Amino acid sequence: MTKFSVQKIKSSLTEFISSKGGKCALPVYILLTLGFVAPLFMVLGFSFATPRSFSAFTSFSLDNFIQIFDGSTSVWRSFLWSIALAAFVTAILAVVCYPVAVGMVRIFGSKTSTFISILFVFPLFVSENVRLYGWILFFGKNGVLDGICKLLGFHGPDILFTPGMTAMGLAYSYLPYMLFPVIMGVALVPKDLITAARDLGSSRLRTWWQIELPLAMPGVLIGMLLTFVLATGSMSESKILGGQSIIVITNDIDVSFTFSQNWPQGAALAVVLTLIIGSLTLYAFKKIDLDKLMGRS
Amino acid sequence: MISSKNEVTQNVAEEIKPGQPLLDLVNVCRDFDKVKVIKNVNLVVKKNEFFTLVGPSGSGKTTILKMLAGMDQPTSGDIVLGSKSISTLPPDKRPTCMVFQFLALFPHMTVGQNIEFPMRVKGMRAEDCIAKAQKLLDLVHLPEDYYNKNVMKCSGGERQRVAIARALAYDSEIILFDEPLSAIDAKLRKTLQKELKDLHRRSGKTFIYITHSLEEAMFMSDRVGVLCKGELKQVGTPEEIYAHPVSRFVAEFIGDVNIFPIRVKPTGGWGSTDFPGQLFKVEPHGDDLEGYIIVRPEALKLVKEGTQVDNVIECKVLNQFSLGSRSQFQLACGKKEITLELPRSEVDLNSVGKTIKIGWNAHDAIFVTE
Repeated sequence: MTKFSVQKIKSSLTEFISSKGGKCALPVYILLTLGFVAPLFMVLGFSFATPRSFSAFTSFSLDNFIQIFDGSTSVWRSFLWSIALAAFVTAILAVVCYPVAVGMVRIFGSKTSTFISILFVFPLFVSENVRLYGWILFFGKNGVLDGICKLLGFHGPDILFTPGMTAMGLAYSYLPYMLFPVIMGVALVPKDLITAARDLGSSRLRTWWQIELPLAMPGVLIGMLLTFVLATGSMSESKILGGQSIIVITNDIDVSFTFSQNWPQGAALAVVLTLIIGSLTLYAFKKIDLDKLMGRS
Repeated sequence: MISSKNEVTQNVAEEIKPGQPLLDLVNVCRDFDKVKVIKNVNLVVKKNEFFTLVGPSGSGKTTILKMLAGMDQPTSGDIVLGSKSISTLPPDKRPTCMVFQFLALFPHMTVGQNIEFPMRVKGMRAEDCIAKAQKLLDLVHLPEDYYNKNVMKCSGGERQRVAIARALAYDSEIILFDEPLSAIDAKLRKTLQKELKDLHRRSGKTFIYITHSLEEAMFMSDRVGVLCKGELKQVGTPEEIYAHPVSRFVAEFIGDVNIFPIRVKPTGGWGSTDFPGQLFKVEPHGDDLEGYIIVRPEALKLVKEGTQVDNVIECKVLNQFSLGSRSQFQLACGKKEITLELPRSEVDLNSVGKTIKIGWNAHDAIFVTE
């Protein structure tokens, strides 16, 4: 990594802005600054404000952060639930999507593959909340499943509004985000290498473990990262399908900003969540050398 | 003792003595969607020989190699190792190992890990693997410190050597080569050809090589098989194939040749439609045969006063090319173009446009019927 110095950044920044490309990109920069950096900055400002006040940038207090960690609230549980659920869903999706991706890349014809892709993308055309309420209709009392079971003479399973249902909802919502990067990863593995490994006496399992999986890993990792980050930041699944049987951290943040009108606390929670996910992501990217996996280092 | 799934076939192969038939292809056919890609190929590969299958693209040589490796199976016919049929065995149960056209090195592994891969598969101890990998690096003329080098950072020629070392590490009796030198520049190719020939001698393995370049085949092989449209046209030593091609196709494939259609004349001589009114003397081949005579450019002689040759024709010199120690001439006799090759010392440097007489002796011409 190159060394950063303020001078260097300053000079390269002025150079960039004075260039034609820099001038053309200016609207984008303004938009990103106003729409992306400024709100984050506001959140950061609020997180250091006096609790239950709206005096961002005019007051300074660490109480919001202390409250999170001093054990007086059970907010740490929400953090744990969010991260645990996201990790669980990411693992499940990786296991589910890999074989589907292998099938689509190596086994099915291009027609079947296109059809399956459309099947997976199709639900994205409909709003997530609408789809989740659809599941309620399916699993709810006197819903599709329960109704069919009753016709057959017994009660349907009571699985709605449980943590398991939240996980199911998350897996359902974020499946495409895992599937498509994994497909790309699997497609990147040259078939020749698999044939060569088999020719050198390697068993199917060993070939998969030592050749195919490591080479498909960039795609799998990107998929895992996407689903993990999105699942940690999700709220509707636990609210709608989970029926708040568990409280995830995004729910806590939502409540702080709305019902309890404690913006500084919500902001502090958001900052901590951002830091946790950000550092996990950075750690993952640092640990896993994509270039090396691709054989380019 | 290392146990491996291909032990049985490997043992069969090891028991055969050098020079004895090792692989026997019996009436091997391969159809793809009713198209006959390989037609009734019969071929014997002897143990420890460097055998090359050569043919233009689409002649089916890669298909044969894949069937030998176990990546494809014959539609009919049999592939026999010693006395054991191996037609239906998968790649990992055959005593073969393939060096691929695009090498198929594992990009996420170092040179050392690539070479060690087949040894680790066999369950060899780590220190034995490292020791053998180092030996193999030396054998393929790669420096010792390449062991930890990323394989993707190696040059084309170096990767080539890594691929060969990896195949040798598998220690199979037969190593198959699928045009591994086709993507390498001419100068390096020559070096690698020499090394490969040398490696064949030192390793004591049976090499089966395929290429579309007959020159490459002649350069390295003990025996060559010429394939055309799925049929094996001729098998023999490079000298046999050069001196006695069985057909026009084989003769033309080997290099520049002059081919004249020939038919028996009622007067007893042999006439060519290319040279109306002229009779040529040909070695006796029985009566009433139609076919071609093949005269190599270097078998043609410049006819001066006192030169004794059986057949003489008059030609005009169209072009002259220098080949270094020799010169090649493009001549025209009527509408027929002829190629002549002469040593540099015999060449008149300014002969373009002149008319010259050339000739050949009957025993220098090869008669073929197809």
